[in-house]
Amino acid sequence: MGKLINDGIRVDGRRVDELRPFRLEVGVLKNADGSAYIELGKNKIIVAVYGPKEMHPKHLALPDRCVLRCRYHMSPFSTDVRKPPAPTRREIEISKVIREALEPAILVEEYPRTAIDIFLEVLQSDGGSRCAAITAASLALADAGISMYDLVVACAVGKVDGTMVLDLSDIEDKEGEADMPVAVMPNLNIITLLQLDGILTHEEFKQGIDLALSGCRKLYEAQRKALMERYFKGGLNQQEEAE
Amino acid sequence: MAVSKRSFIIEHLRKAQMIELLAQGRRLDGRALLDYRPIDIKCNVIQKANGSAQVSLGNTQVIAGVKIEVGAPFPDTPDKGVLVVNAEILPLASPYAEPGPPDEDAIELSRVVDRGVRESGMIDLSKLVLIPGQKVRAVFVDVSVLNVDGNLIDATSYAVVSALLTTKMPEVEVTASGEIREKDGMIPLPASKIPVSVTFARIGEAMVVDPNSEEEAVMDARITLTTVDEGHLCAGQKGLAGGLTYEQIMFAAETAKIKGQEIREIIKRAVSSVG
Repeated sequence: MGKLINDGIRVDGRRVDELRPFRLEVGVLKNADGSAYIELGKNKIIVAVYGPKEMHPKHLALPDRCVLRCRYHMSPFSTDVRKPPAPTRREIEISKVIREALEPAILVEEYPRTAIDIFLEVLQSDGGSRCAAITAASLALADAGISMYDLVVACAVGKVDGTMVLDLSDIEDKEGEADMPVAVMPNLNIITLLQLDGILTHEEFKQGIDLALSGCRKLYEAQRKALMERYFKGGLNQQEEAE
Repeated sequence: MAVSKRSFIIEHLRKAQMIELLAQGRRLDGRALLDYRPIDIKCNVIQKANGSAQVSLGNTQVIAGVKIEVGAPFPDTPDKGVLVVNAEILPLASPYAEPGPPDEDAIELSRVVDRGVRESGMIDLSKLVLIPGQKVRAVFVDVSVLNVDGNLIDATSYAVVSALLTTKMPEVEVTASGEIREKDGMIPLPASKIPVSVTFARIGEAMVVDPNSEEEAVMDARITLTTVDEGHLCAGQKGLAGGLTYEQIMFAAETAKIKGQEIREIIKRAVSSVG
């Protein structure tokens, strides 16, 4: 295996602190109460939110809050080798950590006895699909008009050729030494997802989280823009003029 | 968690009481915030397994067994042996546990423990290859949770690590015709490092280690960090529907290193006592 970083430039031409090209769009599915789409590198992920709605089966409803349900799923054609459609253990775990990354942002007590379903479909996968899915899902929740304390934005960092780098691509994820996805509520500075695979010193760990937060900051600006685009067609000023 | 009961009224009342106590640096069972419950590790408890360990962490009890077979490598790692860690919460372990396929909590438990062992590089999988691309040793570590009283991740992790460190497997030779033949001698697994997980619960603003069931029922967030011998981190997982501040995470990282070293010594003693 050749080197993944040469003179500070990664195999896909990025610097170590640079995100892959990305695109966010809000309101992409007619039937859903809220929806969003994200492209990040080769990732193409579509997210739909249904709810708050009546809980079925009823005995699973909670008297003082809503229940959040998440399904992260990869389409069979999303990977190099076909992925059988049944949920894998990996997908079940990721569904759980995504739910737990989003839930801190939602005012669950506002919707007692209801359910909110979030479906995250990976149409094409690349490194960092769980993070991209979280970033899109929080937009879909906002699009559904669900009360939230903050958006949630996520970004992975990792160690490649001994260097901490932002936003791992597929090859960097597979060949690199460590991978650490991080999600944050950017205005509250609360970290809602943290996973780590691979060896990091304490210094690298700290540096990694700082780097991830800087990436999240950039994606957060894009999230805001995507919501503006959807609801104010590009900016508050234009909205005011129209009125 | 599916294995602990969450009752709304009691949960809210007890949480208030717990937070009050935690503010004074104490816990309901009398421990300090960074105290583990007594850790007891017994190795070689199952003779038919290649390696085994029973761990109790207070009232939490788990048993891990290692079975080693000869199998095909995964297609994407033809030059590595196979390591599979799987944990199950048996129906006898709690009044709230039910039989059936593993739920997401059991899957997360298996995967977090597996990640700690795998990413630490504890087992040198490249030394388990018999015929490259065709035959390798497959190491299956199965864990049964026998009694649930919180912090299943750490108890399971210590059981898996202790079982792997005491595993003996038959020496084998590859015959000219490509057959695998067992020899008489027994050898240990190519194991070097000792990964140790440390799990924290955030309850209100307080961070405590090794939460019991009562604390798990009211905790806001959970984070597990695994360290290796030199103190570096090798795996991590945040859990539950609450968040953590930057400071809380850095505190957890530092504490995981210190606590991990203490627990590593306990594992070493348990492993060396059986030779």
